[in-house]
Amino acid sequence: MVSDIQSEKLAHEHPEQHEELGFLRKYWFSVDHKVIGIQYAITALLFLFFGFTLMMLMRWQLAYPGEPLPLIGSLFGETRMPDGVMLPEFYNQLGAMHGTIMVFLGIVPLAVGGFGNYVVPLQIGAPDMAFPRLNMLSYHVYFWGGVIMLASFFAPGGAAQAGWTSYPPLANINPVGQTFWIVGMLFLILSSLLGAINFITTIVQLRAPGLTWFRLPFFVWAQFVTAFLLLLAFPALQAGGIMQLMDRVAGTSFFMPEGLVVAGEVVEVSGGGSPLLWQHLFWFLAHPEVYVLILPAMGIVGEVIANNTRKPLWGYKALVYSALFIGFMSFIVWAHHMFLTGMGTVMSAFFQTTTMIISIPSVIVLTCLILSLWGGSIRFNTPMLFALAFLPMFGIGGLTGLPLGLASSDIHLHDTYYVIGHFHYVVAPGTIFGLFAGLYYWYPKATGRYLSEGLGKIHFWLTLIFMNGVFFPMLVQGLQGVQRRLFDGGVTYAHAQDVLWLNELMSFSAWGLAIAQVPFIWNFFASLKTGRAADRNAWGATTLEWLAPSPPPHGNFVTEPTVYHDPYEYSVPGMEQDYLPQHEPGPGDEGPGEGAPEPQPAGA
Amino acid sequence: MSTAIPYTSEPRPDTGVHNVKLGIWLFLASEVMLFGSLFAGYILLRVGNPAWGAGQGELSVPLATLNTVVLITSSVTMVLAWAAAMELDKTKFRLFMGSTVGLGAVFLVIKYFEYSAKFHHGIFPDHSTFMAVYFTFTGLHAAHVVAGMVYNAYLWLPNAKMMDSDPRMFANRVEAAGLFWHFVDLVWIFLFPVLYLL
Repeated sequence: MVSDIQSEKLAHEHPEQHEELGFLRKYWFSVDHKVIGIQYAITALLFLFFGFTLMMLMRWQLAYPGEPLPLIGSLFGETRMPDGVMLPEFYNQLGAMHGTIMVFLGIVPLAVGGFGNYVVPLQIGAPDMAFPRLNMLSYHVYFWGGVIMLASFFAPGGAAQAGWTSYPPLANINPVGQTFWIVGMLFLILSSLLGAINFITTIVQLRAPGLTWFRLPFFVWAQFVTAFLLLLAFPALQAGGIMQLMDRVAGTSFFMPEGLVVAGEVVEVSGGGSPLLWQHLFWFLAHPEVYVLILPAMGIVGEVIANNTRKPLWGYKALVYSALFIGFMSFIVWAHHMFLTGMGTVMSAFFQTTTMIISIPSVIVLTCLILSLWGGSIRFNTPMLFALAFLPMFGIGGLTGLPLGLASSDIHLHDTYYVIGHFHYVVAPGTIFGLFAGLYYWYPKATGRYLSEGLGKIHFWLTLIFMNGVFFPMLVQGLQGVQRRLFDGGVTYAHAQDVLWLNELMSFSAWGLAIAQVPFIWNFFASLKTGRAADRNAWGATTLEWLAPSPPPHGNFVTEPTVYHDPYEYSVPGMEQDYLPQHEPGPGDEGPGEGAPEPQPAGA
Repeated sequence: MSTAIPYTSEPRPDTGVHNVKLGIWLFLASEVMLFGSLFAGYILLRVGNPAWGAGQGELSVPLATLNTVVLITSSVTMVLAWAAAMELDKTKFRLFMGSTVGLGAVFLVIKYFEYSAKFHHGIFPDHSTFMAVYFTFTGLHAAHVVAGMVYNAYLWLPNAKMMDSDPRMFANRVEAAGLFWHFVDLVWIFLFPVLYLL
């Protein structure tokens, strides 16, 4: 009786085992983590491209301030670009929305929603995420958050224009686009929250037999820490968002000081609020957010490097402990974004100390990844090229951050292009290179075909050159004192004159970067049909996702995998092939039993 | 291999929990950070504002005390409902879960009288920073009460037949709903002194 009911229940919950699903259920309202991962990835790639387009428009204005944009300039309408000349208000919208879209709608959904969703359940040998319907919901909430953000461009007065940080009081008195921004952001926060609960539960509960914590691939660890950051840091911005929404809609004064004068008139509010409170709440999220951006990329790079050096990652345990320590420390460094707010030297001293401390585990991660190359017979395929380029690019991004973490040097560099250069080195040639490495690496798993190596290499080299062409001059301009967020790129400033010519170089690099993506886009679609067919273990890799068929069916594995050893058993002495998958017992393995000896750290 | 997710109702031996229990605790951790951020904001706003407290005299301490009693009682009936779900006693479950939902409604009705008294005196959230805090924090809390009531009502009436088909899963759901309900109760225990008494 009971089993009858249960099988009925199964049939009810998993009709896919019995019948073909309609198009909507299969591709739009899917509960399969792989479909949801691909939904996330494609949506996020489109948002990345859109956010990049906004920036290309800004780069025209910066290179040729006040000149009409040829050909397409007149398409934007009188309220944005009369006669093709960009209005400052529109420039501000582009700037605010570029940041918001790239971070919250592009990179995080691609790194966590896309790669995390697709790869984590496969790497831990699970049939799906722990809460499949919650997973579907989190994608749809993200999608509608994105729609609201896009819709804000058509609101009266345009989209949000107070920067991606939305500092009040400016954000409080801006046109209604800012309200769209807050509501969209609350959707994105909810989506991340649901996703984070799902990831942590999945990793804790659904690991295959024998897959102990220190046998997890580094990518899974990176996603695990990332999920905790999303879970615990985002609520601060949620609280801030609710307060800002109240300020804008109900006329409260959470962030409004008394006697604020706007356009010559005193604003009629009760006052008594604190603009600084928003900055604390915002950065309490937004600093951990930086690690949300970088940790998944580090995880991908770790996977790709181990696979293509054909040896275990150097210092696997050090990597894991560093990721955990980064996660913990990232909650107590936020006010290093606020050295200039006058919060006092004691606060500054505390936060610059914690900031110096958090740089240590980041350096350990980078060092372990570099030392992993030592003595390896490296395969220079496209994923590996992106992973290798990640190391020096993230290195530049990290090291240029140190002067910003110290109050005395930050006073000079704050709000200059140096900050923009630093941050973009971390996120663009840093994280995005990691994500490209992941796209090239796992594409054969998701489609059963390789991406073309030739096009991939063209894509890589052009992207590398143009990325540096965009971002390195920013560091130079910033050291010269050119401020960020100037809609004319600094032409009216005497101290900027010597470095103004760099604006043109950066703009042409940005447009070149767009052209450099053409081989990738072509490759991405063409390889679906014409790419070289890939084996289920496309790269001769050791982790569990390569045991599943390519592409994996609903439920992932034909039989439940059992794990026998560490994640990166490459070039095991005495074996004929140069890799020993986690699910295959190797020479001297007894089995996955409970009392199995704790495996030694890789490379020890 | 089937697509069935393991440990949806049975605890995993080495972690000792089932998926839903871990999930709800993680959710509550996030909620702690949300209300923690709000309370931190309250402290910063209060110490930075010499004119703090404008409008606090208008709040009704007796009504809030009554509401505290109502919510604590509803937490007790929630535990009794869970115990009844574990004992597979559907009549008792219906009684206690119904009481929990009912007490939640009583809380909201009292809250409604409090709010409308303020509105009647022309006190809205834009009256002062204190009233902004009062309306926003209690409003967000009330939204949590409503969310808890909706799920509790679902368990109380349409979902209770699951007690026959999958009693273990059902008890897990009641437990998760209970954890959330106790959390909402706990938030009020903090809100009451912070807003009405201090």
